[in-house]
Amino acid sequence: MLTVDNVTMRFGGLTAVNDASMQVKAGSITGLIGPNGAGKTTLFTIVSGFLKPTAGKVAFEGETITGVAAHRLAERGIGRTFQIVKPFAGLSVLENIVVGAFLRHPRRPDAERLAAAVAEKVGLGDRLDAPASSLTVAGRKRLELARALATEPRLLLLDEVLAGLNPSEVRDILPVIRSLRDDGITILMIEHVMQAVVSLCDEVFVLAQGAIIARGTPAEVVADQKVIEAYLGHGAAARLKGGEAADA
Amino acid sequence: MRTLRPYLPVLVLGVLLALAPLFVTSNVVLNFLVFTLTVALAAQGWNLLGGFGGQFSFGHAAFFGTGAYASAIWQMQLGFDAWTGFVAGTLAGALAGLVIGFLSFRAGLRGSYFALVTLAFAEVFRVLANSSEVTGGAAGLLLPLKIGAENLQFADRATFLGFVVALVIVVLLLVQWIRGSRFGAQLVALRENEEAARALGVDVLVVKLKAICLSGAITAAAGVLYLQYFLFIDSGIAYGTWISVEVLLAAIVGGLGTVLGPVVGALALHGVGELAKSLAGGLPGIDLAVYGAVLVVAVAFLPGGLVGIVRRRDRPRPVRDAAPVEGEA
Ligand SMILES: Nc1ncnc2c1ncn2[C@@H]1O[C@H](COP(=O)(O)OP(=O)(O)O)[C@@H](O)[C@H]1O
Ligand SMILES: [Mg+2]
Repeated sequence: MLTVDNVTMRFGGLTAVNDASMQVKAGSITGLIGPNGAGKTTLFTIVSGFLKPTAGKVAFEGETITGVAAHRLAERGIGRTFQIVKPFAGLSVLENIVVGAFLRHPRRPDAERLAAAVAEKVGLGDRLDAPASSLTVAGRKRLELARALATEPRLLLLDEVLAGLNPSEVRDILPVIRSLRDDGITILMIEHVMQAVVSLCDEVFVLAQGAIIARGTPAEVVADQKVIEAYLGHGAAARLKGGEAADA
Repeated sequence: MRTLRPYLPVLVLGVLLALAPLFVTSNVVLNFLVFTLTVALAAQGWNLLGGFGGQFSFGHAAFFGTGAYASAIWQMQLGFDAWTGFVAGTLAGALAGLVIGFLSFRAGLRGSYFALVTLAFAEVFRVLANSSEVTGGAAGLLLPLKIGAENLQFADRATFLGFVVALVIVVLLLVQWIRGSRFGAQLVALRENEEAARALGVDVLVVKLKAICLSGAITAAAGVLYLQYFLFIDSGIAYGTWISVEVLLAAIVGGLGTVLGPVVGALALHGVGELAKSLAGGLPGIDLAVYGAVLVVAVAFLPGGLVGIVRRRDRPRPVRDAAPVEGEA
């Protein structure tokens, strides 16, 4: 459904993404993990049309989309959330979601109906009239998700929607994400919460210093020596084995 | 009926304003109302772009003046009638909006950069109008007195006031409709956060261009009203900083991004200004000093403007706001 071919992104002298390739299968939940600063968000920014890559190609449903504007990609069915949430702070929760719903429903009653249904789905159903600025961190993450969902995407890019949530909040939202896949939405998610990656993802790509260093099922990836070293530093895999602290 | 309810406040205001001439016969008050509502109309144009869209212009005189001059030239130099002149002036404002918007929004100008560019445009237009022959140069243009409805010149002030009120109400209804529409939602969204809006499929450039065209058209219509009422314009009036400042003040004091704000703000500002003038005797510039003071008070104490006071009181938030925050086990 989504193919990233040898994408490179340079900011001046800094290479944030370095010749990265990955594929997302239709109907899957695919994970993108990696240490901070690995270039995950930058890769999302490219796929969603906010940045044009220095080199490489992105294709969505067989068509090249490199350099296509973000709003056009939203029309074509790519939805995204932002790691640093960007609520329309001056508007109510419902109105925030309505903006997304208007994309495919030009009439307000239709857009509002869809927005209310989406809010219900992500657990904001009882906060429709509250100002977005009054939401907690967890509420804002849900709002990001709801707005993106209201555009009725076929591919949804989630950038650390679980970061900053406490374990019970994470537990609440996991079934929501799983249900999206059941609705037929393909999901590509950046995530640090390994428990979520393991329980949700069919396939995982690991990005470190801009390059894809591993891919596989969650179980394969967390056992991969290169991955452990990317997270914990050089020689860590060997030390872990020696000290038998087999901790994911 | 539910869909008509949002329009009620505008209609009530319209009825009140339309009835004013029945109770007021003083020329001073009628003058005051015509002039204030003309400014209010221009301010609603500004508010569409600045209040709803968050794109603050310091140079709405560019549109006000373009409307006034286009209509004057249409009538005096080209010999057409005043009503088509009204349309021509309004369209000229939209065109000016398109040009200014295309040049600045396409270049990605925002915030103070956009504000300064609009200011620059207004100044350039003023200088051009002051030196060009077709605009009458420094002497300005004196529209020949031809009393008659067909010339958009009315024998009595009350009739002209009726025309102005009708126009204001039509524009307020339009803005109320825009507020609920997809265009309105997208405009407000890009004000709040452009990136998030783009991610939701909002074509930011197109929405901004639509907004500045409409904004320019509305403010230009006010310019035409000014011309038809005073029958005289020069570059300092039509393209002067005064109108750029007044529309911005009226919208901010009345309530940014609200439908009634610009009218309420203009009435309040001019009301207080006139009061100060009569109290202080002919102290020059007293009304401007008062405007400044009112603005400071509004910005400091009335984040939602004057309209915000009423809104907060008459629409209690649903109790569900007090419900415990979800997800916090
Ligand atoms: N617009 C930008 N300009 C310059 N450097 C950037 C920009 N965006 C990201 N970077 C840099 O690219 C690197 C990767 O960042 P990011 O993609 O946010 O990583 P991740 O999401 O994996 O934590 C970081 O070093 C970051 O500072
Ligand atoms: Mg990131």
